[in-house]
Amino acid sequence: MEPMVRFQDVHKSFGAVEVLKGITLDVPRGDVVVLVGRSGSGKSTALRCINGLETVNGGELHVCGEKLHDGKTDLRKLRQEVGIVFQSYNLFPHLTVEQNVTLAPRKVMKVGAKEAKELAAHVLAQVGLSEKAQSYPEQLSGGQQQRVAIARSLAMKPKLMLFDEVTSALDPELTGEVLRVIERLAKDGMTMVLVTHEMGFARGVADQIVFMHHGKVWERGGAEMLRAPQTAELQQFVATDL
Amino acid sequence: MLGLTIDQLLFLVRGAGWTLVLSLLGFVGGTILGLPVALARSSKLRALRMVASAYVQLIQGIPLPVIMFVVYFGLSIGGFEVPALVAAGLAMTAYSSAYLGEIWKGCIQSVPKTQWEAAECLALTGTQRFVHVILPQALKIAVPPTVGFLVQIVKNTSYSVVIGFFDLTYSAKVLNNSTYKPFLVFSIAAALYFVICYPLSLLAGRFERKLKRV
Amino acid sequence: MGYEFDFSFLSEYAPDLWRGVWLTLWMTVVSIVPGFVIGTLCAIGRIYGSTPVRRVATVYVEAIRNTPLVIQVFWLFFGLAVLGARLDAFTAAIIALSINVGAYTAEIMRAGFESIPRGQREAASCLALSGPQRVLYVELPQAVERVYPALVSQFILMMLATSIMSQISAEELTGVAYQIQSFTFRGFEAYLVTAVIYLALVTTLRLTLHGVALAAFPRRRRLGTPL
Repeated sequence: MEPMVRFQDVHKSFGAVEVLKGITLDVPRGDVVVLVGRSGSGKSTALRCINGLETVNGGELHVCGEKLHDGKTDLRKLRQEVGIVFQSYNLFPHLTVEQNVTLAPRKVMKVGAKEAKELAAHVLAQVGLSEKAQSYPEQLSGGQQQRVAIARSLAMKPKLMLFDEVTSALDPELTGEVLRVIERLAKDGMTMVLVTHEMGFARGVADQIVFMHHGKVWERGGAEMLRAPQTAELQQFVATDL
Repeated sequence: MLGLTIDQLLFLVRGAGWTLVLSLLGFVGGTILGLPVALARSSKLRALRMVASAYVQLIQGIPLPVIMFVVYFGLSIGGFEVPALVAAGLAMTAYSSAYLGEIWKGCIQSVPKTQWEAAECLALTGTQRFVHVILPQALKIAVPPTVGFLVQIVKNTSYSVVIGFFDLTYSAKVLNNSTYKPFLVFSIAAALYFVICYPLSLLAGRFERKLKRV
Repeated sequence: MGYEFDFSFLSEYAPDLWRGVWLTLWMTVVSIVPGFVIGTLCAIGRIYGSTPVRRVATVYVEAIRNTPLVIQVFWLFFGLAVLGARLDAFTAAIIALSINVGAYTAEIMRAGFESIPRGQREAASCLALSGPQRVLYVELPQAVERVYPALVSQFILMMLATSIMSQISAEELTGVAYQIQSFTFRGFEAYLVTAVIYLALVTTLRLTLHGVALAAFPRRRRLGTPL
C-alpha cells in the first residue's frame, strides 16, 4: 500500500536560507511519526509542507496519493483530508466551541445544520469537552482550547492529522490532557505526524521517530532509538533535551 | 483656460485664501481653548473633568453648520454686527477646541503611569511633573493626530458657506451660479481643497509611522 | 442688550421640526448601510485585491477624505443636473453621504482587518475554507467587532453632516430651522432648539448602535465584555 505521505529529496528555502536540504521520508497509513530536533532543524517546516502551508522548492512530496508542488495542487481538497493543529490553538474567538467545530463542515462540506450539530457532539465527546459546546474560547483553559482545536480538525474527518508543537504554549499541568487525546487518536488508528518536545510522550506514541538536524533526516527508528543513538548529534540532543 | 477666465480662476483662488485664513483662525483658537480642555479632562478634580467633558459632548453633538448659525445669530442679537469671518472663526474655535481637547487628553493619558510615579519620586511638584516630564512626552505623541486633524479643520471650514462667509466653497457656489459650469467649477474647488489637504494627510501619516518605529 | 427670547414659533412649527427629524434620521440610516458595504468592500479590495483594484480603491479613499462633503454634494447635485440627470435633493444627499462615509469606513475597516492575528487566517485556510468564506465568516466578524467604537463615531459624524444637505434644499432638520428663521426672524432661537434636538438624536443613535452591537456580537452579550 502506498504511504500516506512520501517525501522524496524535498528541498525548501526561505530566500537564501535553505531550511530543508533533501528530506526523504515515508509516513505509512495508520502510523504515528514524530519529528524531533532542535529549533531551526526544519521539523516544523517539513510538517507545514504536508498541507501546503509552505511550498516545496525541489524534490517530490506526495500526500494522500496526490503530488504537491506542481503548482496545480488543489489546496482546499488537500486540506479536507489533512487536519492540522497549531501551537497557538487559533480558535475563532467570535464563535462558540460548537460553531468553531461546525464552521468548516457546514461551509466546505455543505453538511446540514442538524447533522453538523451531531458531528460536533461526536468530536467534542472524543476530546472530552461535550459540556463546553456553548462556551466561547476565552472561557476555556489553554488545554481545553487546544482540545477544541483538535476536535475542529477531526470534524473534517481527515485521513491524516498534523500536530505542530501543540503543547508548547501550555502549562505543564495542562499538557497531559492534550497528550491523552492524541494517544487515544493513535490507538484508534489515525495517521499522524507530530512535532513535539515531549520526549517521553514521543517514545510512548511513536511508531517511528525522526531526528532532524540541519534540514536533514539525521537519524530515524523506533522508540528505542532515543535510548541508543547512533550519531553524536542525536546523543547530544537526547542528553540535553531529556 | 479650462473654460474659465483668469479672473474667474483667481476668484476661486482668493476664496481658497480665505479658507486658509479661517482654518488658521480655527486652529489657533482651537489650540488656545483646546489645551485647557485637555488639561481639565485629565485633571484630578472631578468637577473640572465633568465640566470639560460636558463641553466636549455638547460641541461634538451639534453639527458644525448649526454651531455656525448659533454663533452668527447669537452675535447679532447681542448687538454685534460682525463680519461673517468673526462668526465663522468663533464657531471653528469652539469646534476645534472640543476635538483637539479630546485628542490631547488621549495623548496626556497615554504617557505611562510609571512616568508620573517616577517624577513623584524625584520630589517634583505637580506642575513640575507635568511640565518637565509628562508634557514633552505627550507632545511627541500629539503631533500625528494634530496634523491629521488639520485636514478636518480645512475641510470643515467649508461649512461656513451656510452663513455666507466668502471661502472657497462659497466662491465656487457663486461662480457656478454665474457660469453654470458646475462640474468644472466644483472640480476645480475640490482640486484646490485636495492640494491643501493631501500634503497634510501624507505628513500626518509619515509622523505616525515615525512615531511607531521609535 | 434687552433681547427677549421668543420660542412661540415652536407650537406652529412643531410638525415641520418633527418631519425634519425624521428626514435626518432616515437620511442617516439609508446612508450608513451602503456606506458600510462600500467601505468594507474597499477595505477588502485594498488588502486582498490586485494592483489595479488596490489603486482604484486608494484613489477613491484619498479623493474623498481630502475634499469637503459640501463640495462633493454640490458636484453631484448641480453637476448631474447639467447633464440632464436631475436628482432630487434626498437622493443626491444619500448618494453623496454613502460615498463619503464609505471612504472613512474603508480606512477604519482596513485597520480592523489588519489587526486580526495571522494565525486566524492560517487556521481558516487549513480548514479548507475558500478565500471568500474565510473573509466572510472568520475575518469580517472579528474586524467589525474590533473597530466597532470607531465605526459608531464615524456614523455619528455622518448624521451631523446631514445638516449640510439644507444647502441643496433637502428639508432635514437644519433645513427646517432655516425656514423657521426666514419666516419668524427668530434665527437664534430656531437654531438653539435645533441644536438641542441634534444632541438628543446623537444620544439616540449612540444607544441604537449599542443595541445593534449587542445583537450582532453574541459573545459580548454573553461575557459582558465592553466594546
